[in-house]
Amino acid sequence: MVSAGFADRYLPDTVQQAVKIPVVGAFGVGKTTLVGSVSEIEPLRTEEVMTQASVGVDDLAGSSRKTTTTVAMDFGRITLSPRIVLYLFGTPGQRRFWDLWEGLLEGALGVLVVIDTRRLEDSFDVLEQLELRGVPFAVAVNQFPDSEFYGTTELREALDLLEDTPIVMCDARDRGSSADALITLVEHVLAREVVRTPEAAS
Amino acid sequence: MSGPERPGGEAGEAHSGTDPESGGAPLRPYVITRGRSRPSRNTVGVETLLVATTPATPLPLSAVREERALVRMCERLLSLVEAAAHLELPVSLVKVLASDLVDSGHLTARSGVPQAVLPDPQLLQEVLDGLRRLR
Ligand SMILES: Nc1nc2c(ncn2[C@@H]2O[C@H](COP(=O)(O)OP(=O)(O)OP(=O)(O)O)[C@@H](O)[C@H]2O)c(=O)[nH]1
Ligand SMILES: [Mg+2]
Repeated sequence: MVSAGFADRYLPDTVQQAVKIPVVGAFGVGKTTLVGSVSEIEPLRTEEVMTQASVGVDDLAGSSRKTTTTVAMDFGRITLSPRIVLYLFGTPGQRRFWDLWEGLLEGALGVLVVIDTRRLEDSFDVLEQLELRGVPFAVAVNQFPDSEFYGTTELREALDLLEDTPIVMCDARDRGSSADALITLVEHVLAREVVRTPEAAS
Repeated sequence: MSGPERPGGEAGEAHSGTDPESGGAPLRPYVITRGRSRPSRNTVGVETLLVATTPATPLPLSAVREERALVRMCERLLSLVEAAAHLELPVSLVKVLASDLVDSGHLTARSGVPQAVLPDPQLLQEVLDGLRRLR
């Protein structure tokens, strides 16, 4: 195996724990850009074949035409410490991709929702779905040159967010800014956890 | 019909890769996994860290090309989803293969076990500290 050339693709052997944060958002809001700006590796892509007719209805295969879509998912990686590695998954928010969320939300630390204020309504479905599933999330507002500026109070109202859901302004192209959005999310999750398990907060 | 490393049956089918029957993208993963779409254990997730078990035990003759490639890819520590991306295989397929290879002892899985419960505050704090170091 020509492993020498690929040596940097591997993780240090000290890493014991992998964690993940899906970066969810509507079409074209800047998910891939955000993942790429903080990732230590060139973002990688995987393709997943999604069958619209679900597994377990094979007996209908003859009569119903199954539609298969290929979903591309990109992801990045940050080795946070010798012990911990974080994976970020750029995850499409459209309703037809929600099946794909299952394997990503399970065990996730929380979700970062990226929104574009020029098309706020595109994000309503995603936010509602995450609230329904009880997944902790923070909202990162990706600013484009022609975006109007809205204050967080205004946005919170327009998006009908829960009181404690953090909103953070962000430039997805900027590493520090994207890192800040992730920090805001993890702080939020940590605050929730400490409230939930007070004995562990010692 | 005479190649010594070309056993008959499903595994051999999947081995050929040029079989016109398995040309369709959605069908091929199904063939490789011998018809299963779910892993044998629900303890492998996209972020599960994999590494080939040492000392290595040879894979059975029936192992398909994709299983061999996965074990080789994991000669050092790598997440399942990265292995899938590098091998250009669907994640769902690699989950099934990795799960089998962990069961058979060829791969060792480390952490990243998807859990219904949220991680503990100590882990979250370590993640937070790591993110702050990025600034
Ligand atoms: N000016 C500006 N442009 C951005 C920013 N973030 C992303 N873009 C651009 O917006 C476009 C879409 O960004 P992507 O990161 O591909 O968005 P995405 O959410 O991954 O898109 P899909 O995966 O197609 O849904 C690209 O052309 C980016 O270069 C930003 O913060 N500012
Ligand atoms: Mg994208």
